[in-house]
Amino acid sequence: MLWWTRAFDMGKNIKTLSSDDTNIKSVRSNSGSISAMTWRRFLRHRLALLGMCVLLIILLTSLLASYYRYDPESINLKEKLQSPSLNHPLGTDDLGRDMLARLLYGGRVSISVGLAVSALSLLLGTLIGALAGFYGGTIDNLLMRLTDIFLSFPSLFVLILIGAMIRDTPLAKYQGGLFTIIMVIALLSWMTTARLVRATFLSVREMEFVQAARTLGATNLRLILVHLLPNSLGPIIVQGALSTAYAILTESGLSFLGFGIQPPTPTWGNMLKDAQTYMTRYPWLAIFPGLMIFFVVISVNFVGDGLRDALDPRSIQSQSTNT
Amino acid sequence: MGNYLARRSLQAIPLLIIISMVVFALLQATPGGPLARFENDPTINEADLKALRQKYGLDDPIPVRYLKWVGSLVRLDFGNSYITQQPVLEIIGERLPNTLRLMATAFIVTLLLSIPIGIISAIKQYSIFDHVVTSIAFAGQSIPIFWFGLLLIIVFYSKLKSPWSGGPLFPAGGIYSLDQQGNFWDGLWHMFLPITMLSLAWISWYTRFLRSSMLETINQDYIRTARAKGLREIWTILKHAFPNAVIPLITLIALDLPTLFAGAVYTETIFSWPGMGRLFFQSAMRRDYPVLMAVVMITAVLIVFSNLLADFVYALVDPRIRYG
Repeated sequence: MLWWTRAFDMGKNIKTLSSDDTNIKSVRSNSGSISAMTWRRFLRHRLALLGMCVLLIILLTSLLASYYRYDPESINLKEKLQSPSLNHPLGTDDLGRDMLARLLYGGRVSISVGLAVSALSLLLGTLIGALAGFYGGTIDNLLMRLTDIFLSFPSLFVLILIGAMIRDTPLAKYQGGLFTIIMVIALLSWMTTARLVRATFLSVREMEFVQAARTLGATNLRLILVHLLPNSLGPIIVQGALSTAYAILTESGLSFLGFGIQPPTPTWGNMLKDAQTYMTRYPWLAIFPGLMIFFVVISVNFVGDGLRDALDPRSIQSQSTNT
Repeated sequence: MGNYLARRSLQAIPLLIIISMVVFALLQATPGGPLARFENDPTINEADLKALRQKYGLDDPIPVRYLKWVGSLVRLDFGNSYITQQPVLEIIGERLPNTLRLMATAFIVTLLLSIPIGIISAIKQYSIFDHVVTSIAFAGQSIPIFWFGLLLIIVFYSKLKSPWSGGPLFPAGGIYSLDQQGNFWDGLWHMFLPITMLSLAWISWYTRFLRSSMLETINQDYIRTARAKGLREIWTILKHAFPNAVIPLITLIALDLPTLFAGAVYTETIFSWPGMGRLFFQSAMRRDYPVLMAVVMITAVLIVFSNLLADFVYALVDPRIRYG
């Protein structure tokens, strides 16, 4: 059972993990490149692997959704509110639409939102954090105050507010508002990445290898991209997993409230919204979409945990000096 | 320390000014503006509209309007609701007690449960208790809480029946039953499901935090010294480890204070709890911008102050920061 709890340990406290020392040594003895070592450490994290498999399955099935015999938006009132059966494996909703088809297409939306938001917010956060950490001084001060400003707003309130402001505009109509949602969530979630990247830049900036590169005539751009950024890659990747989970939860929450992706485009969130009216009599309407969100988010979190342990072996060692 | 606190406080001032500018800009960007609802009103003609624009000062230059707006904010005048014409401050005053009651109870439940659970889980690391706690805490942070709320309603409202009345085991909405206004036990009964929903994520987060903080503490040398001197384990934990493990929690608590005001949008919406979160949701549905902007503005100010508070309290309890 040891591996199970260790997965939850958030990478702290080695003194009780005596078996870990031997693991790390064995990795070192037959190691190839750093990336191969990292990959091997990731593979040892069983829950992360499980999460990865679940994500791949959900991704594949939602990509293949167009081969399924039902269309997610075709209404058939004769077959409304059916229980799960051979014909409709997960039943039908109040308009007779097939739940499985809607779940599969909803998966496309949720996963695209998760990945796109994560990519955008990482890009923005890395850019701001790198500029602040590299140049320091006034630029650093300005950019960090900007970060403070963004952190001072209650993000759910602002998301709902913007959702309300644009609800009847073309911005919210195209693709059910998919692109707007992605932009807005990303714009409100880059701050943690920026702070992380800035911190690693600050700690590495004055090291000898950077000075050596500078002396050799490396341009600022080259210093940032080739010498400094790789040091931030670990935290950035872990943060990517976390912000994917955050984005999926936020998008489904907003759609649940009616300020996210607009019907008829199915998403897990607006399926839950529709389910509220009928769920006391037809609970499967509420159970399946939520279960999908839960599976995806917990899998992403497992992968994130695995990545953290794999990318930053130091984090397994004692952090007691780091308060 | 005074120096540090003064510097941190001074940083908050430009922050507050810029926040007010952003909210003002958002308010200006609202489609249609404050007079939009009159534009299709047949009883109001061009001249009236013009008079209204004059009255509300909409023709003033933007900096003037901004200053006027900030001036009224300082006097806690947030304008009137577009829908009911009631002063926004009055609406908030009606909702705030409900939210405070719900959030404060959930907060106390969270602290009462997560502190012992987190500490025991750390002391008994890798025991069955620890495995169960860590698993639930991990799941609790991944579950969409609005879905958890719906599940609670399905199970405790529609499936399980009360053995006394034959009705639902727990109500799925409201603060009191119609004929039981103000009854403490009835209120508690109504609060049970919303509190459960709210505290799951909260407890998960605090428990995980406390567990790792406690693990870090009990592996430090001074704890080993205490043990080596023959101090009984229970006193080692309670007197030496516990205080240091809980200190970081103070920051977390301070940062969570704004939620006590802002309420919980999902919980209050699902359980029809007439608090701030539901007020925000309803105002967004009706596009009642003065209410929305007031709530966003107040919450943002509270966030800035709670950040300051977190720093102050931390400096107060941790000498390393005070003298650092």
